[in-house]
Amino acid sequence: MQIAEGVQLVTFAILSVLMLGAALGVVLFANIVYSAFLLGGVFISMAGIYILLNADFVSAAQILVYVGAVNVLILFAIMLVNKREDFKPLKNGWIRQGSTAVVCAGLFALLSAVSIVTPWKISTLTPLASSVVPLAKHFFTDFLLPFELASVLLLMSMVGAIILARRDFMPDNISGETSTQDSLTLPERPRELAGK
Amino acid sequence: MNSGIDLQGTFIQSLSDFGISTELAKVLWMPFPMLLMLIGATVGVLVNVWLERKISAAVQQRIGPEYAGPLGVLQPVADGLKLVFKEDILPAKADPFLFTMGPILVVMPVFLSYLIVPFGQNLVITNINTGIFLWIALSSIVPIGLLMAGYASNNKYSLIGGLRAAAQSISYEIPLALSVLAIVMMSNSLSTIDIVQQQSGYGILSWNVWRQPVGFVIFWISALAECERLPFDLPEAEEELVAGYQTEYSGMKFALFYVGSYVNLVLSALMVAILYLGGWSSPIPIELLSNLLGVDPTSSWLQVVDASLGISMTVLKAYFLVFLAILTRWTVPRVRIDQLLNLGWKFLLPIALANLLITAALKLAFPTAFGG
Repeated sequence: MQIAEGVQLVTFAILSVLMLGAALGVVLFANIVYSAFLLGGVFISMAGIYILLNADFVSAAQILVYVGAVNVLILFAIMLVNKREDFKPLKNGWIRQGSTAVVCAGLFALLSAVSIVTPWKISTLTPLASSVVPLAKHFFTDFLLPFELASVLLLMSMVGAIILARRDFMPDNISGETSTQDSLTLPERPRELAGK
Repeated sequence: MNSGIDLQGTFIQSLSDFGISTELAKVLWMPFPMLLMLIGATVGVLVNVWLERKISAAVQQRIGPEYAGPLGVLQPVADGLKLVFKEDILPAKADPFLFTMGPILVVMPVFLSYLIVPFGQNLVITNINTGIFLWIALSSIVPIGLLMAGYASNNKYSLIGGLRAAAQSISYEIPLALSVLAIVMMSNSLSTIDIVQQQSGYGILSWNVWRQPVGFVIFWISALAECERLPFDLPEAEEELVAGYQTEYSGMKFALFYVGSYVNLVLSALMVAILYLGGWSSPIPIELLSNLLGVDPTSSWLQVVDASLGISMTVLKAYFLVFLAILTRWTVPRVRIDQLLNLGWKFLLPIALANLLITAALKLAFPTAFGG
């Protein structure tokens, strides 16, 4: 298996460089939109590494959930609220950046120490043709409770998001003042707020 | 069920006979199907553009392209050449890097998805076990490219178009995935090969469209919305948004969007053919015919006929659906954005969920008919 192993090694190297580069870009770019797009790159390279680990279903799910949903959501949020605003340079801004760098370096040292010390067990079993069935078996036997709890958590956050978005229980102007018709806004049909 | 011709196996076998190692033979084999699929997809786009022009002309009682080649078949080639030679304009205040990456990110996943389209038992680039799921995952990358293009153009219409496109494809991905899930539940596999195998028993009678009529309609509507075809082409609604996220694009970058949308349409039609219309299997099963005529089912010429019949069946079914899509485009008016989102979230999503639950119940009740 010479060619296959060589291809695996090269792919792993390319994916790691891509992932580390993209992750550094996410942190270091001043433009937040670049950071968001590069986050997608990080997720995709992670999916590639999952494929190298024979976890085909997990890698497809990674692309679907993280790239297709989470990253698009982040981009949406950025593009809908992105105000072009010039930030004034902070006085003694380097203190913040320095302390962030120290904390990050400490975390990195801690995590790398853990990953070096831990005796990783490398399975010698031949990889399964399909990881879907074993995954499903785990989900419905020994991982049933976390699985169901995660879905309940998602349901709760969805209900919360819908309530926030509908604003039925949160009237827009709490102080009760009459709506001011600005000269620049388009005339709009007044909307009944359910909370009033 | 014989496995049909196995070109890869034969190729590797014959190269190994020359003394080349099996691994190297596999590596040497790899580019051929990929190149073939790329060429096939590109030719598919040309055919599609020609069909679109001709059918739209017929719908509006015009003649359509006529002078470039017989019946105007060379018109799409001329269109393509024009786009290749057009100047590549970069707007002054656009973001040059993201502006270039956008179209690439839109086109690449669509072409990658052709990996899993089977044209026969062994006529597929890779038979991976997460086939159809991989397609859904890859198609979820496209909105990022659209957002990127919309943002990088530095144009209000582009930005709104990109946001609309992303919102639309996220909303319609859910009913799409749910209707695919019902099929997957019936065939007990995510692999496209297994999905087709499961419907190949009794010819036209065993196609999934009879067992999943609701799923078929949901899938087709969602696929049209994912491709931004006309009843749902809001991201590029001319009256409102000039051309949506494509407004600032010209030349080859615009051509990438154009090619991407048509390749996506053909891909969606192929997927409908595979999931609901029996893929490469012909309406009358070929085993039945060969038994009737008394031909040995393992004879080599029959296998060649079988394979070519499989390819033509898949393409025929797909192009029938493309025809329907084009006819829809030129007869149906565009919906509004609120109607689009209402249809997706309040109508298709509950129906797709109900369809999934009913399929599960039917599978438990009648395991023989619904793949136990």
